[in-house]
Amino acid sequence: MSTTYLTPVLTGRTLLRANPVSKLFAAVVITVALMSSIDWVSAAVVLVCELALMPLLGISVWGLLRRIWPLLIAAAIGGYGTALLAEKTGDVLLAIGPIVFTEDSVADGIAVGLRGLALALPGIFILLTTDPTDLADALAQKLHLPHRFVLGGLASLRLVGLLVEQWETLGLARQARGVGSDGSLVARTRNLLGQSFGLIVQAIRRATRLATAMEARGFGGGTRTWARSSTYSALDAVIAVVGLVVAVGAVTTAVLAGTWNFILS
Amino acid sequence: MTPARAPSPGAVHVTAQGWGWRHAGRKAFAARRLDLDITPGERVLLLGASGAGKSTVLHGLAGVLGTQDEGEQEGELLLDGVRPTPAMGRAGLVLQDPETQVVLARVGDEVAFAAENLSVPRDEIWQRVDRALDDVGLELPLDHPTTALSGGQKQRLALAAVLAMEPGLLLLDEPTANLDPEGVVEVRDAVVRVLGRTGATLVVVEHRVAVWADVVDRVIVLDAGGGVLADGPPGTVLVQDSTRSRLAGAGVWIPGWRPAVGGAMPSSAPGPALLSARGLTVARTRRGPAAVESLEIEVGAGEALGITGPNGAGKSTAALTLGGLLRPRAGTLEAQPLLAGTAGSNPFRWRSPQLVQRIGTVFQEPEHQFLTTSVQDELEFGPRRVSDAVDDQRIAELAERLRLTHLLGANPFTLSGGEKRRLSVATMLATAPRLLILDEPTFGQDASTWAELVTLLRELIDDGVAVLSVTHDADFVDALGGATLHISGGAGRLVSR
Repeated sequence: MSTTYLTPVLTGRTLLRANPVSKLFAAVVITVALMSSIDWVSAAVVLVCELALMPLLGISVWGLLRRIWPLLIAAAIGGYGTALLAEKTGDVLLAIGPIVFTEDSVADGIAVGLRGLALALPGIFILLTTDPTDLADALAQKLHLPHRFVLGGLASLRLVGLLVEQWETLGLARQARGVGSDGSLVARTRNLLGQSFGLIVQAIRRATRLATAMEARGFGGGTRTWARSSTYSALDAVIAVVGLVVAVGAVTTAVLAGTWNFILS
Repeated sequence: MTPARAPSPGAVHVTAQGWGWRHAGRKAFAARRLDLDITPGERVLLLGASGAGKSTVLHGLAGVLGTQDEGEQEGELLLDGVRPTPAMGRAGLVLQDPETQVVLARVGDEVAFAAENLSVPRDEIWQRVDRALDDVGLELPLDHPTTALSGGQKQRLALAAVLAMEPGLLLLDEPTANLDPEGVVEVRDAVVRVLGRTGATLVVVEHRVAVWADVVDRVIVLDAGGGVLADGPPGTVLVQDSTRSRLAGAGVWIPGWRPAVGGAMPSSAPGPALLSARGLTVARTRRGPAAVESLEIEVGAGEALGITGPNGAGKSTAALTLGGLLRPRAGTLEAQPLLAGTAGSNPFRWRSPQLVQRIGTVFQEPEHQFLTTSVQDELEFGPRRVSDAVDDQRIAELAERLRLTHLLGANPFTLSGGEKRRLSVATMLATAPRLLILDEPTFGQDASTWAELVTLLRELIDDGVAVLSVTHDADFVDALGGATLHISGGAGRLVSR
């Protein structure tokens, strides 16, 4: 019954086998390339490459859409807003009263929308194909982040899932005490705040108990060994190279097409 | 006292000299004036009234009580002559709640965790993991998700997780208190198997003595006022009249004994109808699957109804629906005029002040229902929802009756388990509802709290209050008389007493 963030439904067997660090690296270089410029060509190149890599995810286009539809809407709204408000240069395409779209403003809008999607997808790819435990192992063993921080974060992921259930139970328990969801807006707001506070109290208590259990098992010392070894394979080199190729390809194409628009210049 | 079997070389020798611990911010010591000598390999059942400091002793032995900011220590508590720290890995602690001890997502990783923290080399970790899982009888793949385990399995996993440290001292803090009867036996048997192989010293805290009486060599009873009340082999401590009566007085569950309860056994003839369910189908969520279908229940004034059945059968969902907290999926739930009074006949439609005057629902976890920062405010909360004038006399009586008077200024969250349970019942009684619904009211309670609860409920029943309880506790159902609604496989079956 409980939603669990510690054991998400993962797909994409190939990417699942790769080390999370290589996936993070690829995502970072692509992100840097995208962030460097606001133009529709570089964004489109990245997006096309990402979609071409879809088969690696092991889910259908429909499956992806079901997970990211809010992003599509956000990208569309962002694009529309930009087209509406950007500088009105170039030929006028549409003018209804104060609403004016020009060639350039529409190009800007499309760039912003595409860029938003292209930026979001690498994160989605990583989320769908990375086991949180593997990620923690990689962050601690390969990137040498402090293990207390990494494992503490991993353990707290589990509590996030339990919170959803706890919220519902708390609501019913409080209602039984006479704190209902009925009443005025003020009363409801106060109740919501009270329930949130109750949830925080429960979360802290659970976290304290979990911390006690972890401490009793010797967690928190200066050194530890790792039962699972986080390793690199040839696959990780391929992923890193693909990331670089996509990033460099996008920048090169945009420069050649003359749309490159370096944000610092 | 020397155990009959030879201790293993790694078993821990526990000593305490005038040991005590006071949590920061509390006036009273949680445990005090404790002198103990537990020889390596001894198996000890640690008993005592609720609030006698049993858990504090276990946490002290595990070295997780914390530093000076977290409390004040007096005397010495030593493992093989050394002050305990978790990093030594000498003591393995298993806690009561199966839900809050799981750290990682996969069974194998969970067991490996403690060994990793103790810097055990990788190859040896996995040998330990295999052995620990084997010891507790969890025959599951290493990548089995830890969320997909029953309560009993989770507790055995917690046991395996501390076994990976190869501790010389096993500390179990009410490991079976939250489990259904099958889970209890599962965990007990796993502990016996583990001790048979490792020969480790055992200290277990549990209210239900019968579970462990045959397993342990020695029973130590803590006095709530500090020190030790009784100490000896179970054949003596649990059998001799002198210690039995003292144990009973301390609220310990002794085999072959049920605490004396006051009040008369309620009569079997229920009074006029309060609540009727016709073809009632209940579900936890609006779209999720139905938990129990087509319930036919009639609850009358002064009636006791026990709702029983295995874990996960939908007992709580049925109780919450009958309590007007969840929307019925199908069928009707009708409050009769005697219960409804001026309100409508559908309890789910009642506004919350109307609800608290008619139906009181006591949740399994008392903390979920605490809303204020003092016991006094907690008791006054319900009455204030109903009217501005609070009957101080009634609150004072209620506090007195449930032995909460000395705690009126305390924060509800800092009370002991038994005190929290008493408070959670008292808060519901403060608005004098005609129907009281309780979810696992006796889980993890000592015999005194149990007897008080039964006595109180009998008196309420005698006054015409209907009491509906979801429970695994057959003694409790018996003591209240009344019928049983047995729920399993999505259906309810009414069994008259």
